[in-house]
Amino acid sequence: MAFHFDLILLLQQLINGISKGSVYALIALGYTMVYGIIELINFAHGDIFMLGSFTAISALELFGVNTKAPANETLKDPVVVVAVLFLSLVITMVAMGLLGVLVERVAYRPLRNAPKLAPLISAIGVSYILQNAGETWRGPSTVNFPAVFVEPLLQIPTLDPSRFLTIRSKSILILVVSLILMALLTQFVQRTKMGKAMRATALDRETATLMGINVNMTIALTFFIGASLAGAGGLLYGMFIRGVQFQLGFQAGLRAFTAAVLGGIGNIPGAMLGGFLIGLVEALSDNYLQSQWTQAVVFGVLILILVFRPSGLLGQRVAEKV
Amino acid sequence: MQQSRNLGAGQARGNLFPPAARASRRSMITALVLGVLLLLLPVPEMLRAAQIVTLPGAGFLNQAIINAAADTGAFILLALGLNIVVGYAGLLDLGYAAFFAIGTYSYAILASSWKEIHIPFWVMLFLSAGITALFGLAFGAPTLRLRGDYLAIVTLGFGEIVPTFILNLDQLTAGTNGISGIDKPSIGSFVIGANNDNIGFYYLALALVALIIFIVNRLRDSRLGRAWMAIREDELAAASMGINTTVTKLLAFSLGAGISGFAGTFYGAHLGFASPEQFNFSQSVLILCMVILGGMGNMWGVILGAVIIYLLQTVLLIQLNNWVNDLGRALHVDFLVQLNLSSNTFYIYGIVLVLFMLFRPEGLLPNSRRREELHPESTAIEQAERQEVYDTREAQQADPDTRGGE
Repeated sequence: MAFHFDLILLLQQLINGISKGSVYALIALGYTMVYGIIELINFAHGDIFMLGSFTAISALELFGVNTKAPANETLKDPVVVVAVLFLSLVITMVAMGLLGVLVERVAYRPLRNAPKLAPLISAIGVSYILQNAGETWRGPSTVNFPAVFVEPLLQIPTLDPSRFLTIRSKSILILVVSLILMALLTQFVQRTKMGKAMRATALDRETATLMGINVNMTIALTFFIGASLAGAGGLLYGMFIRGVQFQLGFQAGLRAFTAAVLGGIGNIPGAMLGGFLIGLVEALSDNYLQSQWTQAVVFGVLILILVFRPSGLLGQRVAEKV
Repeated sequence: MQQSRNLGAGQARGNLFPPAARASRRSMITALVLGVLLLLLPVPEMLRAAQIVTLPGAGFLNQAIINAAADTGAFILLALGLNIVVGYAGLLDLGYAAFFAIGTYSYAILASSWKEIHIPFWVMLFLSAGITALFGLAFGAPTLRLRGDYLAIVTLGFGEIVPTFILNLDQLTAGTNGISGIDKPSIGSFVIGANNDNIGFYYLALALVALIIFIVNRLRDSRLGRAWMAIREDELAAASMGINTTVTKLLAFSLGAGISGFAGTFYGAHLGFASPEQFNFSQSVLILCMVILGGMGNMWGVILGAVIIYLLQTVLLIQLNNWVNDLGRALHVDFLVQLNLSSNTFYIYGIVLVLFMLFRPEGLLPNSRRREELHPESTAIEQAERQEVYDTREAQQADPDTRGGE
């Protein structure tokens, strides 16, 4: 294989990787928060992301976005675009947040004191149910995600006058929205009383109860926030990729989980870092290997991290509780 | 702990036969009866085929059912193998289908017209078990020191990586096309399953299952088997009792994998075809469902789970669907007419998994120790422990039996 180094192509892939990675980061936050608080790998989380994408389509339809229209017939007025996107984002996030709380209430809370295997298996069951619900709702084939607005492309001139570095405005939008949500989350967890309650519950549930923290509420809140971030990820991803399928959640969820582990599970900044890194790994592997190997590459990364640094990049080594 | 052990001994006192011995004799009789019934199952079909006599059951016990029963055998083998890993050693493996894939493909590559290599089935049975066991060692060695969830995720990773390799290494595995024309087993000049006759495969499945049941049964009661269960209960305690946890877990992983190689060889020979889609995550979950539904750690439970789920998927669901559709037509309910249960099997698996975890996490035929762990409020041990913690003095006064030996 002739290998010829192309800097512009590499930069292009890095940009793609970062925008995809920001979506993975949003999903990874949900995994990491839930694991941090109840030590459960929430298998259903990826499927909530997928349903978030489907919900976003309905929300956009509600605001008059024609989902069948070709890409050039979309909303024109920038104010309307921003308003519609913002409202759809809010609706999707609230709906998915409530779904997350429902899942926790029905399938995980009764098992909180059971052996660890039980809630994990229950989570796999919920994942199957949600995946099938997605299939029943939108059918087995890929669903078109409306373009919402015609995106201007940023053409950045490079040293080679015949070529440009193209940045899609949607990738900037994804990155900005994700960064805002992550900043909000960090502020919430670090500065507010409820955030403090979450951290306390994660550290020691029993002591938190003794300090007057409503642990059930706090865990439900964690699920709400995690699932709503996945919902936001669903909207952004759908807008970027323009096609959503009911099995999307499994793949994306596994990659996001890899991101969470890479960053150090339970660690919020770690999940963000991990998300971006996995996005980059995926973009590079898609481009320099063949895309059918990407799945194996991502899992190879996951296995290597778990074997050599199970605490992740930013995580701390935790002593085994006896 | 001292108290609880005494309590257990107190309950057993006064029985001439220890409960364990009685239970094992009862299960031996059950197994014997079941075995004879299973041996006789294809007889009506054989008599009908030979045009000797048509027994009343012959129509029902037709080739299709016997075919399904033979496939069920493969899944029983898989469930028994996974049960070693999950049920005995307590290691959650979410990528067991990877080993199944390696087993099936070992046979498909080494005994088919694809590469014109034709190693006999009987050799391959053990050779591919060996190959998968080696893969189990290779995958397990670096990863088995991980705990619980992390191990589950790594195994899930293997479960995704192996089919990816099978799909992409098309020089070796024929990629998406799959390998067809896999050899049928033969004894001398008699070819099992010639002319699409499934009865031979049925008996082969029965023999293989019996062999693996024997092996697993012996393993479970061996020093190794007891070490697995000790690790499942408490790894730290097991290690301090002198069990080499790494080697023991590795053996569980590798033996479990080896059994799936066994199953894969049979499955490949029966189906005559191997393709990468047969071994995805759903397949791993399906086998895990069998183990959980039946009762993790209990061999008979796991077999029951495999039978129920496989027959549910291949026979019962289709039947049930027809009945529901007929009912819908009779009642003029469109929803019931259009309902297609067999395309929504994963709804059913999902709901079964959640409901079982919520209401019967120990499975249909539970392992007695796991049942006590999962329903602690019902056992004397837990009551004694609770009293020990909160109200020692009162407990001793109330129940003089718990006082001894201190």
